[in-house]
Amino acid sequence: MADRLTERSNPPSRDPLQEPAWLRALLIGAAVLSMALLVVLPLAMVLASAFGDGFRAWWDALAEHDARAALKLTLITAAIVIPINAVFGVFAAWALTRFEFRGKRVLLAFIDLPFAVSPVVAGLCLVLLFGTNGWFHAFLQEHDIKILFARPGIVLATLFVTFPFVVRELVPLMQQQGADEELAARSLGAGAWTMFRRVTLPNIKWGLLYGVLLCGARAMGEFGAVSVVSGHIRGLTNTLPLHIEILYNEFDGTAAFAVASLLAGLALVTLVLKFWLEARHGDALANSHRRH
Amino acid sequence: MSAVALRTPRVRKRNPLPGFGLSLGLGMAWLGVVVVLPLAALAVRAAGLGAQGWLRALRDERVQEALKLSFGASLTAAAIASVVGALVAWVLVRYRFPGRRLLDALVDLPFALPTAVAGIALTAIYAPNGWVGKLLAAYDIKVAYAVPGIVLALVFIGLPFTVRTLQPVLETLGREPEEAAASLGASRFTTFRRVIVPELLPAWLTGFSLAFARALGEYGSVIFIAGNLPYKTEIAPLLITIRLEEYDYNGAVAIAALLLVASFACLLVINLIPLLFEKKGKRNG
Repeated sequence: MADRLTERSNPPSRDPLQEPAWLRALLIGAAVLSMALLVVLPLAMVLASAFGDGFRAWWDALAEHDARAALKLTLITAAIVIPINAVFGVFAAWALTRFEFRGKRVLLAFIDLPFAVSPVVAGLCLVLLFGTNGWFHAFLQEHDIKILFARPGIVLATLFVTFPFVVRELVPLMQQQGADEELAARSLGAGAWTMFRRVTLPNIKWGLLYGVLLCGARAMGEFGAVSVVSGHIRGLTNTLPLHIEILYNEFDGTAAFAVASLLAGLALVTLVLKFWLEARHGDALANSHRRH
Repeated sequence: MSAVALRTPRVRKRNPLPGFGLSLGLGMAWLGVVVVLPLAALAVRAAGLGAQGWLRALRDERVQEALKLSFGASLTAAAIASVVGALVAWVLVRYRFPGRRLLDALVDLPFALPTAVAGIALTAIYAPNGWVGKLLAAYDIKVAYAVPGIVLALVFIGLPFTVRTLQPVLETLGREPEEAAASLGASRFTTFRRVIVPELLPAWLTGFSLAFARALGEYGSVIFIAGNLPYKTEIAPLLITIRLEEYDYNGAVAIAALLLVASFACLLVINLIPLLFEKKGKRNG
């Protein structure tokens, strides 16, 4: 059938399942151009502006006291948020993929929620819990604990927005893998910890790393939720993204872009690692991330 | 695919795997403290506003304008991101050209780039004295500090969602239906319209909804480029923060509750899409 078709079509070299060459070139050109205008240009802009006044100005902007404090706070926040999300994510994924229970679908839907909720709304929720007139306000006052406009608030806001990353990666992966190997380990007499360490963890390690990577990138870059709860105290409760905003609003473009270049570099490292994981360990990731 | 994803190994009377109580308990506690409790605080507060409080908050013209802008710009941006996303996904899956893998990797950049960084970079490019803004200013087109700038930032944010939902579907699409259509004399365009588009439709809608949900709540990348003029270029999430700074908690809660309901609706639609198309496919087949 296909042969006859090629015979009839004129010129004979033209594949009926392929668009004409000019259209292909046009589509590729349009795709490349839109990506260049939307995605590549901003990245180039960050680098050009960050180093526009020379390497020295870039370095001075980063070495400045408030920038260093912001970097430190961002790293501390990520160092708290990532392990919490990873550990609880593994527990939740274990319950969701290895057991049947009522309300599982609801639970799965709830896990997706932070992706859909506006970061600003997330921040507002925390204000309603811990702010003046908040549910826990009296308790916090009594025990002299500060959450809002302090670091614990920043950590909680970041936890909220990064909540789904690890679980969303692990649940489909562990579904695909099934429980056979773990059941075999149990039947051979392995204890719970041995089973987890020798069977489960090796199976999910690349998926876990993938989730942690995305979680970390978002944790260090989160702006909206953190902005609502931080109070913007320079050198104390400013993360890197908030510091960028302050510098930008003070018309210190070079410094703002210098700090931004740091976060852009982080995003590029994340992308490279993500691509490497997909290409090299695609088999150990959830189906949707395999790339061959 | 989603039906498979939810099935777990059939459990006999006693599941020999350990840790059900512990893992479920810890998982629920974590979900409860980090996500459910804060959202419950908002829900309770919103319910406590009463009809009067809601009316007062929503009759405010500034709130109405902000909501109109947020919904309108997000819909526009999601539509544009769907079209551009389909183009990029198509080119990535169907054609081979130098730099294809780089283009593929760059699709995720808006995902990985912190929103504040994207915001100041887009603003600098499209401002009247920026690289592209200068060219557009010659034709009297204003992007930054106007509504087109808001849409632009939201397209940037939404693009990875539309590309990444369409791409796997395009990859698994067999060539046979296309071959059949071509052998029956359909032109390439007819094949695309009648064979390929219907197959892509569910993923297209999912990508659109994801991009819309994300755009509606987006804050960081928009506030730099928007100009933030009340009644004109002020988005709803920004108005929430302004109300908070004015200690007008009720005003902030009303807007936030509306956005939250909209995100719930988006999640619902996204979860319903596979079920909807599954049923239709069965009936036709």
